[in-house]
Amino acid sequence: MTGIDLQRSFIDLFSGLGIDPEVARVMWMPLPMLAVVTIATVGALAATWLERKISAAAQQRIGPEYAGPFGLAIPAADVVKLLIKQTVVPANADPLLFVLGPVIVFISVFLSFLVIPFGENLVISNVATGIFLVIAISSIAPIGLLMSGYSSNNKYSLLGGLRAAAQSISYEIPLALAALAVAMMSNGLSTVEIVEQQADLGILSWNVWRQPIGFIIFIIAALAECERIPFDLPEAEEELVAGYQTEYSGVNFMLFYGASYANLFLSALLVAILYLGGWELPFPIDKVAELLSIPETNPIWQVVAAFLGATVILLKAFAFIFLAILLRWTVPRVRIDQLLDLGWKFLLPIGLANLLLTAALKLAFPGAFGG
Amino acid sequence: MVLQGYGYLLVFTLVCILVPSLALGLSWLLRPKAVGPGNFTTYESGCEPIGGAWIQFNIRYYMFALAFVIFDVETVFLYPWAVAFNQLGLFAFIEALIFIAILVLGLVYAWRKGALEWS
Repeated sequence: MTGIDLQRSFIDLFSGLGIDPEVARVMWMPLPMLAVVTIATVGALAATWLERKISAAAQQRIGPEYAGPFGLAIPAADVVKLLIKQTVVPANADPLLFVLGPVIVFISVFLSFLVIPFGENLVISNVATGIFLVIAISSIAPIGLLMSGYSSNNKYSLLGGLRAAAQSISYEIPLALAALAVAMMSNGLSTVEIVEQQADLGILSWNVWRQPIGFIIFIIAALAECERIPFDLPEAEEELVAGYQTEYSGVNFMLFYGASYANLFLSALLVAILYLGGWELPFPIDKVAELLSIPETNPIWQVVAAFLGATVILLKAFAFIFLAILLRWTVPRVRIDQLLDLGWKFLLPIGLANLLLTAALKLAFPGAFGG
Repeated sequence: MVLQGYGYLLVFTLVCILVPSLALGLSWLLRPKAVGPGNFTTYESGCEPIGGAWIQFNIRYYMFALAFVIFDVETVFLYPWAVAFNQLGLFAFIEALIFIAILVLGLVYAWRKGALEWS
């Protein structure tokens, strides 16, 4: 381990003060979780601000500008507004499922941030199942969507909820197959291993060059999972008002809204981790350290490297968010049969072919495809 | 240790449950209560709603749900193969080829039978 290790420093510091290392370990536990929940929330809020600003620019408007500099306070104002708004549960709805639906969606999105690394050791828990865990947890969200669609007892909500479930399950398989091909190259499912396997040659060793087909499959499937245009049929406002969100107001709506942008942020981070080298800079930073003859254990260097890495992964993620927002104002919405055709008759066979191609290339050129 | 780090998953699950619960609780304290029966009617483009949504309904995509189960389980089976592929070599590649070929046959069958049509 050469990167910064905050956990060890923290435990060393407290054992130095005469506290048992095990106690220090327990004291450390909530800190990365709070940090990651904060990052996820701020990232989602930043995505809502970007959505407004970029949408405005695409339509030659200015967008929000009065709340803070460049309207930066508008997401905070949104949160306050939604928290103090009257929250209606329709008389005909099932109150328990109605409230539980958005909560389940929210939890399933935020739980996936467990394995998102912002640096070599800047991750809550580097569990061995990494990317597999993300895919497993993301399967819970459709249950919440179905719950809220059905419990609203509203025709728009029912149709929207059913569409949402059909869409998520259809695009989950191409998504899992694309991630599988990446896992095959890194010989493991851990997100940290996947990034480290892309580290040797800077930008040249990123997976996007070795997995161009998988990259495109993953981006399309991720957009569909996030219900972004051109795949926003579950909440197609011209047909279904707001789909499964129609009856939601106040804080219940806020949970849906927050979860959808946190999901976009999560997908963007996954694209960065799986295909764009995660926290790795476009040039190998270890070589720079060698060139400047700085030892890798130098604490200042470690802090600088960790800071640069975290900045770079966020930049990569927001580049994907920028692409998703621009797409929203560029392409029209697809029909439901076109959506399912794309998923089942195009992405699924291509995903399987990509997996077998990766396996064959790995057999033929073990050096270039992770041994 | 294969199961290392999953204690964090448990604690993080609790944190993730706590966040929306706090939001719901905070909003319950701050927000005004809904008043009047008009507040609680179901939305239907401004008209009085005609009938409910809890009716017998043709769920068109249940065939997709069935196909999803098959291919999702297939993906789950392929994960260990892919992760251990560097130690397995050519023989495992041919085996996976046969496995995927059988499933592609199933996909072709479902496709020809029209199970993947939304109509």
